Amino acid sequence: MEHKANSKYPISHIIGFLLSLLLTFAAVFVALKTQLSFTIVMWIIGSLAVLQAGLQLFMFMHVTEGEDGKANIINMAYAAFMAIVIVAGSIWVLTSGHAAH
Amino acid sequence: MSANVNTSLPLEYQTEQSRLNILGFWIFLGAEIVLFATLFAVYGVLGERYANGPTPNDIFKLKDVMIETLLLLTSSFTCGLAVFEMRRHRLKGLLTWLIVTLLLGLGFLFMEINEFIHYVHEGATMQTSAFLSSFFILLGTHGAHVTFGIFWAVMIIIQLIQRGLTPVTARKTFIISLYWHFLDVVWIFIFTFVYLKGMVG
Repeated sequence: MEHKANSKYPISHIIGFLLSLLLTFAAVFVALKTQLSFTIVMWIIGSLAVLQAGLQLFMFMHVTEGEDGKANIINMAYAAFMAIVIVAGSIWVLTSGHAAH
Repeated sequence: MSANVNTSLPLEYQTEQSRLNILGFWIFLGAEIVLFATLFAVYGVLGERYANGPTPNDIFKLKDVMIETLLLLTSSFTCGLAVFEMRRHRLKGLLTWLIVTLLLGLGFLFMEINEFIHYVHEGATMQTSAFLSSFFILLGTHGAHVTFGIFWAVMIIIQLIQRGLTPVTARKTFIISLYWHFLDVVWIFIFTFVYLKGMVG
């Protein structure tokens, strides 16, 4: 945890902030200014959102620091897995069934 | 509190108690992710059932959404700067950035409440359709978290002014900073899967 306690400028925060802005505007551009199909747009902006969430976790929240850094990573990965199962699973189960009846 | 004080670490990690508190808060955030996942699931299932009411394209305004997004994103950045200052043992810098963070958070809340009032005036209420019920539940839960975070941060600022930077106040500040960044993480997904998704079609 030799965190840059002595560094003068919050470099990683500034990089994280600029990248977050870039990802936000890229998502807006892809969603509203291109003629891509809805599915492709959702995959692209969904990926950009996951990237930006990762930026927050690593560059702002320092998820890996401290003696429990590994536990934090496992905890966040498990929470992300649960979130995907809950969201994708619910949508799948509750919408795809209609076609069969 | 007394055991295992390690002064080579940043203030907030110096005691065993603080390290456990921080680990515990990360576990709480894992549970919060699952809480929000259930609300996103509801929105994902019901978000296109308009019941002849307004659709996302009818009510969402890109400009307002962008202002909210930039306010919250910048507040997450300034919150990071607050912790950066705390690690340099600068109470003044820490307090300044915390207050900037809170003002940005208040700006976000102001925009969001205005947005909701505007929707209700257009006849888009929680009772209008399944889309709007799930929309207000998801956004309202996030907004309630931001509101709670603002009250919480005010308490922390008062403690910092009264007690200065100690291992305990540093740990409390670090934990609210994790909470605040987490609210921005949730907003990224609301921005993408509620607002942008609604405006694509």
